Amino acid sequence: MNQATLIPAFVKRSSFIELTGRSRAQSLFDEGTAWRELVGPFDRIESPWLPMQGVAPQSDDGCIVIKGRIAGKPAVVISLEGAFQGGSIGEVSGAKMTAALDLAARDSAAGNSTAAVLLLETGGVRLQEANLGLAAIAEVISSLLVLREHAPVITVVAGTVGCFGGMALTAGLSSYVVMTRGARLGLNGPEVIEQESGIEEFDSSDRALAWAIHGGEQRVGMGLADFLAEDSVEQVASAVRKYVAAGKPAQHRSEQIRLYRERIAALDTSRQIDPLKLREEWATSRQKRGAR
Amino acid sequence: MSEQVGLRGKAWFHALTGKHQPQTGDPASVWSANEKIGPQTALFLCVVPNLESRFPCVRDGQVGLEEAYTLAARVRETMAADRKKPRAQRRPIVAIVDVKSQAYGRREETAGIFLAAAASADAYASARMAGHPVIALVVGQALSGGFLTHGYQANCILAFDDPGVIIHAMHKEAAARITRRSVRDLEQLGHEIVPMSYDIQDYAKLGILHELLHVESPLKPTQSDIDTVKQAIVKAIDEARRGAVDLDVRRLSDAAKETRKAGIAARALMEQQWLEA
Repeated sequence: MNQATLIPAFVKRSSFIELTGRSRAQSLFDEGTAWRELVGPFDRIESPWLPMQGVAPQSDDGCIVIKGRIAGKPAVVISLEGAFQGGSIGEVSGAKMTAALDLAARDSAAGNSTAAVLLLETGGVRLQEANLGLAAIAEVISSLLVLREHAPVITVVAGTVGCFGGMALTAGLSSYVVMTRGARLGLNGPEVIEQESGIEEFDSSDRALAWAIHGGEQRVGMGLADFLAEDSVEQVASAVRKYVAAGKPAQHRSEQIRLYRERIAALDTSRQIDPLKLREEWATSRQKRGAR
Repeated sequence: MSEQVGLRGKAWFHALTGKHQPQTGDPASVWSANEKIGPQTALFLCVVPNLESRFPCVRDGQVGLEEAYTLAARVRETMAADRKKPRAQRRPIVAIVDVKSQAYGRREETAGIFLAAAASADAYASARMAGHPVIALVVGQALSGGFLTHGYQANCILAFDDPGVIIHAMHKEAAARITRRSVRDLEQLGHEIVPMSYDIQDYAKLGILHELLHVESPLKPTQSDIDTVKQAIVKAIDEARRGAVDLDVRRLSDAAKETRKAGIAARALMEQQWLEA
């Protein structure tokens, strides 16, 4: 493909990351099928804790839940709106997520396999609701694990917020993870590490380093995520359809304890780890070991 | 608090198991032992500081890569050994919790600490769902990703009613910085806004805790402290065996019905609308 044909294709694509959390969720359902948002903004269940601290709440608490059909099967999409409080998890957004996962698990256990697609743009716990946010993440984890036994859970981290904090565990527990190059996935972001451990540990102004460690290309390359999508609605949606159709994997990444213990034991920790070298090592050992 | 994180964990692990070391091949930061408690043998697990860890960012008792995967390995090993036993006979797992946080390090991020933490939470939750009673005993700090990795998936969370016990999403200084407050304002706010509080008695109001335990000497347990705690663990194990294997109790408790009203309302509406969708 020459440059003349390449550029128009890129320009004409419909961007996924430019969409709001709600539009992202809507874009994933099968064309021509009906879907419905549950506990939507007009139901007005808001955070009771934010107004007490002078912060404006939002009528969907930044969590959009839509039920419909993907790849011809029932599915629920749970989307965190990164533009509201950094996509953080509070009491209400957490309860919506847990309830949707529980209901999908109930239907799936009854024979009506219902996949969950999580669109995670989040820094983790909403600190204004601190302990209820942390508790919510523990409950999301538990409910996700129940559903995962019956139907696939697909996490999409598209950007631009990325997926950090406790919600990164949720990504780690998912059956499949889809990322874009601009997306990042990690437990602690560079700013947090710089603050806690010093600038020698992580210089958060070094953007190249941040993406070399947490970026989508790196995470997919080292086998911690499954598919690298372009920032295109069609590419993200088709990856999601593919994984819904595939069903649950034979083994989940978070169950591969022996493999990862060996990998951690083999790390040279006397200095910082070169991300690219580690990616190559893990990619090679994956082919040898048949890891996911 | 001048007290070093991890001392309580070590003290209580020793008090409950008579041991104070890791199993062969495990990192020095994860102590584990299979010991009698009441009528049964339980697996006890504790993350402790290791000043010589090859990962610099876990030396103060943070939960890092080695800690998370070791916890997962020990829990999974117990599950595998009991796989053929009836659910009612599966070995209880007791997580003794005194962790400062998850590790805040570049090495950890590069090697995917998020997956390590997920693997440990997965193991604990899977054990609970397979019928192993999982009990968390919070003797000191239980902060943030450290607690998600080690303890928060338990059927029952027990904690000491003591000012040195802190369960929270983030330590005070960082939470103050991010929410743009002084530490003093943050402490003040905790009295009005329950989920923000660093006080364990306020945490108890959320309805997530199974029981608050009164001990005289949390750092150097007396014999009567040890007896109290052992009894509470045995009782929690019995209750876990009789109760549900999910975490629903955390929103069905009387305290949760008061404090978590908004979340409970969101769930009720979701259940109703789900059927219509």
